[in-house]
Amino acid sequence: MFYREAGQFHTSYAQDTQLFPLRQDRVGMAITLLAAFALPAVANDYWLSAILIPWLILALVALGQNILMGYAGQLSLGSAGFMAVGAFACYNFILRIDGIPFVLAVLLSGVCAAIIGIVFGLPSLRIRGLYLAVATLASQFFIVWALDKFGWFKNYDTSGVITTQPIIIFGHNFATPAEKYWVVLVIVAVLTLLAKNLARGSVGRAWMAVRDMDVAAEVMGLSLLRTKLQAFAISSFYCGVGGALFAFAYLQTVEPSAFTIDLSFRILFMVIIGGLGTIMGSFLGAAFILLIPVFLNIVFHAAFGHHVDSTLTSALEQVIFGATIIAFLILEPLGLARLWQLTKERLRLWPFSH
Amino acid sequence: MPIDKIARRTLAGLAALSACVAISAMPTAALADEQYFGIPSNRVGPYAAMGTGYYGGIIDYLNYVNLKGGVNGVKLTWTECETEYNAARTVECYQRLLHNGDKKLVVFDTLGTPGAYAVINRMAPDQVVLAQYGYGRTDAADGAVWPWVFNAAGQYWAQSTAHLNFIAQKEGGIEKMKGKTLVHLHIDTAYGREPIPAMREVAKQWGFKLVEIAVPPPGLEQQSQWLQIRREKADWVTFWGAGSGMNSTAITTAARIGFPRDKMLYVTFGGAEEDMIPAGDAAKGTFVAANAVPGKWPLIQDIEKVVYGGGNGNLQNPQRIGTAYYNRGVGAAVMWVEALKNAQKIHGKVGKEVHGAEFRDGYEALDITPEKLKELGIDGMLAPFKLSCAKHDGAEHWRMMQWNGSKFDIVSDWVGPNDPKFIRTMIEDSAAKYAAENKITPRTCP
Repeated sequence: MFYREAGQFHTSYAQDTQLFPLRQDRVGMAITLLAAFALPAVANDYWLSAILIPWLILALVALGQNILMGYAGQLSLGSAGFMAVGAFACYNFILRIDGIPFVLAVLLSGVCAAIIGIVFGLPSLRIRGLYLAVATLASQFFIVWALDKFGWFKNYDTSGVITTQPIIIFGHNFATPAEKYWVVLVIVAVLTLLAKNLARGSVGRAWMAVRDMDVAAEVMGLSLLRTKLQAFAISSFYCGVGGALFAFAYLQTVEPSAFTIDLSFRILFMVIIGGLGTIMGSFLGAAFILLIPVFLNIVFHAAFGHHVDSTLTSALEQVIFGATIIAFLILEPLGLARLWQLTKERLRLWPFSH
Repeated sequence: MPIDKIARRTLAGLAALSACVAISAMPTAALADEQYFGIPSNRVGPYAAMGTGYYGGIIDYLNYVNLKGGVNGVKLTWTECETEYNAARTVECYQRLLHNGDKKLVVFDTLGTPGAYAVINRMAPDQVVLAQYGYGRTDAADGAVWPWVFNAAGQYWAQSTAHLNFIAQKEGGIEKMKGKTLVHLHIDTAYGREPIPAMREVAKQWGFKLVEIAVPPPGLEQQSQWLQIRREKADWVTFWGAGSGMNSTAITTAARIGFPRDKMLYVTFGGAEEDMIPAGDAAKGTFVAANAVPGKWPLIQDIEKVVYGGGNGNLQNPQRIGTAYYNRGVGAAVMWVEALKNAQKIHGKVGKEVHGAEFRDGYEALDITPEKLKELGIDGMLAPFKLSCAKHDGAEHWRMMQWNGSKFDIVSDWVGPNDPKFIRTMIEDSAAKYAAENKITPRTCP
């Protein structure tokens, strides 16, 4: 009843190709963004610093992984490694360049990750699929090893960890959870918009052409070298920015082994559960993987308290989490984003289903 | 049924469930005089053996104190949170446990260096004590730079040099160490590398060759590392591992290449019954350092009687009472409760709840004398120690044990570093560097 396009006419190309052709979508997005900005007024520090900030950051990283895997079809397992590059690059930029603006440092660390991403993306020109995934594993191990091995990256800290500097933008120290949340939100929102536009423009079409059949794409005149490396670079850029934010706005004290293969797998699952080749899916998938275990833990402790052995409930949480993943994959193999899309299509007809 | 319908129903069900839970979890009107603790346990995954024993010990002791009438009448309450020994989850748990109704956290103990690092900078602004019980950031032993971080069971630099001291005793004196080869086999994380700076200095002073060999986590495959150890013709191996998988693999691999087990010395975090038993007979002879000696000390017996006798025990398997991790947990909880007693006394709040800053003063005033240990019934289980404004690391003494195939035999008295002053200088230098980098002005200690 409320969600339908009847009566909305597009009279120019610009109108037809805009980001949200439906007025309801535009209004909805505006409300969502406003709500997101106003959220710190109602959310407490726990929600901001333990749920929303890591969720937004991991959604950004999942978005990066999605660009590479979902849009360009290159199976990669190195996202946590590129996050590590971003985190340590950002630390070193701020440490070694006096007075560098924070946002510039974050963007430059994304660029560092992109350069390393290009290097490790080179094998993609020769190998595909699972073999490529194994080749990109090398980046994961190499990066963490290099950061561990060479003390310079950590400014020779005796414990081998970095303590991130405060986030200072225009002389203001963004220290409280709400302020950090705003910084993360702005960066994630801008980069998401960029990704959405990249994905629906010529760049995204080239990625999808390569994904669907690279020989055909090449025959049509696309440069495989360029397209694939571009996807690797942009994907690693997103992972790098995400890693820098993960270190600066979330953990604050980081050791290289925080970015293990385990994290790479989590990000991979976020993309698969959320929906390959969708922007929305990255956010939904990150929420699913990050929040379900936390939610289960809270529910179990609240429901059973001290009455039931928590070793048992902790194990049970893992079982339920695993079962939910399987259930969602069976119910909707195309991911949570597809569920969202189906709901929207139903809404168009609702309440008259014919 | 269409998929979205199923999904919608599932979601509605979940929402209803969580609403019910939220209602049932509403804080009931808090009784006066409760002291709230947060327990960030890890009960699943590769480090579960450690987490269940340690946090089981903590919870049992809190229960025990409650059953004995509380701390001057103040009842102890706690909430658990599962960290899975993961730094990001530890941050989530810390934020979740920080506030509980109108109660606020006073002390946090992650039982693991990665988790400790992830929250260490939140302690001062939030006014929470980080009680690293024998793990974590070493230079936090300098209380001038780290007012909120403690290490009551000693830090890794002191422990590693105590290991070297014990090895020197076995070899017949420090002068005999000259020309020997010692391998430091460690997990490739900040925790594994933590003791290296101190060991390098001692190697230089004593004239032995130190070979550092890293094992990438989770360390379930160590063949190449042990072949390298054989090539180096190592006289001793100090082992810095994590998780019973890695720890028992080291023993079985050593047995396979024929390295004598009684030339291996394990760090506190690798040296528990759960690490030895999986390796079977191969583990016989392995040396282990302990900051809380396993065994049924009088206090542990009493906990068994009072808590488990009443069916309130936290361990699934009561056989684990008195094992290394369990006793360590009890030791950590004893420090919490003693600190709470001190805090109540110092701030004139006997029989009342204290907040973070008061608890911190109480923790800093810990003075665990041999008489105190006797009174608590753990004389011999923990080493006596005293904290102060500047000195935030505790005992700095470990007892060496040897696995006899079914339990640990205690083979030494409390062993400390050969030159504690030198370790202290290193700590102060490192803390000063940290303070300068992060623009912290150290407080002045009397």
